[in-house]
Amino acid sequence: MQDVAHVSAAHPVEFEVDASAYRHWNITYDGALARVAMNVDAAAPLREGYELKLNSYDLGVDIELADIVRRMRFEHPEVRTVVLTSGNDRVFCAGANIHMLGLSTHAWKVNFCKFTNETRCEIEDATESSKQVWVAACNGTTAGGGYELAMACKEIYLQDDGNSAVSLPEVPLLGVLPGTGGLTRLVDKRKVRRDRADVFSTTAEGIRGKKAVQWNLVDAIFPRSKFDEKVLERAKAVADAASKDLAPGTRKGVVLGKLAPEVGPSGRQYRHVSLTWDDTTRTASLTVAGPSAADVRTIEQGGEAMREAGSDLWSLRAWRELDDALLHLRVNHMKVGLVTVRTTGDLATIQAHDAALVKARDHWYAREVLLHMARVLRRFDNTSRSFFAFGDAGTAFAGCLLELALASDRFYMLEQDGVQVAMSELNEGGLPMHNTLTRLQTRLLGTPDQVEALVGKREPMDAEAADDAGLVTVRLDDIDWDDDTRIAIEERSSMSPDALTGMEQNLRFPGPETPDSKIYARLSAWQNWIFIRPNATGPAGALTLYGRPERPHFDWQRV
Amino acid sequence: MTTPNVDLTGKIPNNVGLSDDVKLRRALETWLPQYLEWWNDMGPSDFADKPVFLRTAVSVDPGGWAHYDYVKMPDYRWGIFLDPNAEAASIKCGDDAGAPAWTDVPGEHRNTLRRIIVTQADTEPASVEQQRMLGHIAPSLYDLRNLFQVNVEEGRHLWAMVYLLHKYFGRDGRDEADELLMRRSGDPDKPRILGAFNQPCDHWLSFFAFTMFTDRDGKYQLAALSESGFDPLARTTQFMLTEEAHHLFVGETGLDRIIKRSAELQRQDPNGDIRNQGGIDFDLIQRTINYWFTYSLDLFGGEISSNASTFFATGLKGRYREDQYTDHRAIEGSYRVPVVEAGKMVEQEVPLRNAMNEVLRDAYVSDCERALRKWNKTLEAAGSPTRLSLPSRRFHRHQGLYADHRFDPAGNPISQGEYEANLGRWLLVPEDNAYLLSIMKPCYEPGKFANWIAPPNKGIEGRPIEFEYVRLD
Repeated sequence: MQDVAHVSAAHPVEFEVDASAYRHWNITYDGALARVAMNVDAAAPLREGYELKLNSYDLGVDIELADIVRRMRFEHPEVRTVVLTSGNDRVFCAGANIHMLGLSTHAWKVNFCKFTNETRCEIEDATESSKQVWVAACNGTTAGGGYELAMACKEIYLQDDGNSAVSLPEVPLLGVLPGTGGLTRLVDKRKVRRDRADVFSTTAEGIRGKKAVQWNLVDAIFPRSKFDEKVLERAKAVADAASKDLAPGTRKGVVLGKLAPEVGPSGRQYRHVSLTWDDTTRTASLTVAGPSAADVRTIEQGGEAMREAGSDLWSLRAWRELDDALLHLRVNHMKVGLVTVRTTGDLATIQAHDAALVKARDHWYAREVLLHMARVLRRFDNTSRSFFAFGDAGTAFAGCLLELALASDRFYMLEQDGVQVAMSELNEGGLPMHNTLTRLQTRLLGTPDQVEALVGKREPMDAEAADDAGLVTVRLDDIDWDDDTRIAIEERSSMSPDALTGMEQNLRFPGPETPDSKIYARLSAWQNWIFIRPNATGPAGALTLYGRPERPHFDWQRV
Repeated sequence: MTTPNVDLTGKIPNNVGLSDDVKLRRALETWLPQYLEWWNDMGPSDFADKPVFLRTAVSVDPGGWAHYDYVKMPDYRWGIFLDPNAEAASIKCGDDAGAPAWTDVPGEHRNTLRRIIVTQADTEPASVEQQRMLGHIAPSLYDLRNLFQVNVEEGRHLWAMVYLLHKYFGRDGRDEADELLMRRSGDPDKPRILGAFNQPCDHWLSFFAFTMFTDRDGKYQLAALSESGFDPLARTTQFMLTEEAHHLFVGETGLDRIIKRSAELQRQDPNGDIRNQGGIDFDLIQRTINYWFTYSLDLFGGEISSNASTFFATGLKGRYREDQYTDHRAIEGSYRVPVVEAGKMVEQEVPLRNAMNEVLRDAYVSDCERALRKWNKTLEAAGSPTRLSLPSRRFHRHQGLYADHRFDPAGNPISQGEYEANLGRWLLVPEDNAYLLSIMKPCYEPGKFANWIAPPNKGIEGRPIEFEYVRLD
């Protein structure tokens, strides 16, 4: 079987795209309104072996969408309503390309689903946090991932032409689950009655017209001849509502400059981030350098100065680099199981950076920078690699960078003069996890007193103090450091990667559940399990045989 | 809404035990008034009070299925009939070929079956809507009668499908039956499901082409469904096919008569100019063939189709005359489909089941070729040098593999520019309509025919050609 997932150092998937030449999307701007039309080029799949017919998508299509969502927030802060629609006459979106899924390895499917989920969550984040409200104008068949994409929008309008339906045909047709949060959003976000959701999710052809409105599957239906007009009307009303109480600041966009890392055979060097990997030990090393004093000075002048400084500001650039490095690691280095995380810089400078950023956060741009930082950290939380943070000589785990240690599965800290960690405002809020808690609260869930004791604490802590505060997993002196960390790495690398992924995902997210956390947890637990079961992907599985002449044969045993 | 008291069993000839079926009666009691309202709104315009010499199926006996008499169309007795030959039917194709047929809807296939039935059903009222104004410009009483015969029988075919929806699909089925009366051909907001049934049919040239080509798709769809493992569907469609044959006859002979007349006019005119003689020139006839043949090809669905494979595999829809095949599972075979790759045609081998639409389309195309040969014989006999042809099945497509590419009528890939520049030569254009409407004036005198069409060889049911097929006084 040909594997579309086949990637290599020679042909890595790149997540930076040329925003001036999207292949699959058309974007138009009109003041507070933007129109994003999906118009997938069937002949331009990310990998060979399938065609992207009927506005179906693969990772390449979604990488562009993610870029669009992100850029919209930074580059077009004047936009209040984003109308997501289709450039295809008959189909809004047919969902993930089934032939691509059929050709993909399990790991590729999982990475693909995770990335598309992150993009959907980002659409919701833009709607809720940036008052850039995405609405879906479903001007045709809206099936599977297409409907899930629509559900990520605040409102859904469906063309009422007797034909266009919304549907989740995954269970009845493919023997898998909707992979981008469809079931969760159905009952948790749209609050569709669970019994109706049951009927809907087992009806391949879906539901259209008035019934779709009655069941709250969509917010409104408009006749075909009036569809554009009614959508525009609605989009304007949404824009008006979203224009109230906007974050202040000149609403002039900041163009996201190219990251253009230096790419070598065993590493990617960005301006502030370095990622190196070693395929023989299946480990990677991720290092993030902290901000400069000049960065801090800019931020201290407030949001307008930050905006004028543009996308080169450390607070945005470094985190975009980190995001790109994480994605690269996930998709192009599947066998790397353990990532060691280091930071460099000056603790006090980072603390000053965070304080200034928090002070400036009323400004829309500062706000976007913070929201972006939070999203990158959530991507980190959701990355299925073991992360060991190493606080050794020259380390700078302070404030926003301390979050990387707190997000890691373990934090090793060296007992040595000058090796310290420090708190900032950003450890106390502003960079929430999917469970709504701070990483500090999550880590110290059983000892809220320890969290309380740390709030407002700004003095740097050495290894002992940090250990007492509950921040350090393993404290080592310089005699033990090399051996113990080497053994820890080797031991971790020897364990089952599947078990580690499952274990880490279970341990990383204690505390409350949110729709987002449910989506990721259920994706990992249910969808990924079903994907690998013979009933879906065995020789007689429904996904395997979709589009083929044979019919699926199920093992009827309930598990 | 109160349910009108309708004497259903008296009004509806049937062999489905309607009088004993409370559930079915209740459903039809609500639906019948809506149907009549739809017929009044969307059926043939202005001829409701005229007696028409119509064939009515009053029973499935050899003498009963074709009962001829004068009837006013709203009084036509739309009946519900199943083909009576039903001893121990079996599933005819797919994985379960040979197993006993389903007499009730299997839950596993319920939604798929409903979709198949609704899609077929939707075409029946659609064509009535498309043809509703044609009575005003009929070329003869004979043709007027044929139009109305087609219309009432399409209405009956809707009944036949609604019977299945009411009888076997519960509440969903009733909702779908209601919606069949709400969609409207060509309505931008509530269009009929399939493209060809939303195209205007403004004149009799299109009417004949429609009954020739589009109704012929119906024949093949019905024939494929008559092989269904869902026995009620198989038996319903078998009976529908007997009526459909007349519609095809109307279309095929209608075009043949036009061709014959055009050849006469060509001979009569000193310059061979048919239009000069008020007739329909062969280029226009060829464009009409191109137009309706290709729209009808779309109705068969995608060339490579998962749905087609599923329908066949599950035994819901067979091939045309499934019994002529020996292998009814068709799991092994393959089919070569020409596909476009980098602007060139190459053949792609696909599993036979996924090509079932194309297999059915093959049967249809060769049937159409047969008609073309017949028309060309008419031309030959009339001494005309002209020959008509079918365009390539890739030309002018809106569904399937070829919809996103442009081809000339011979099937060669061409550019968008070339395509657009030649559309007026290849397909019906608005000026054609204007011309046709200018020559199509009603001709209601018994035995007389409009100038642009030849009389038929014989009348209906042994009646002479000059018989008063519709009483207009």
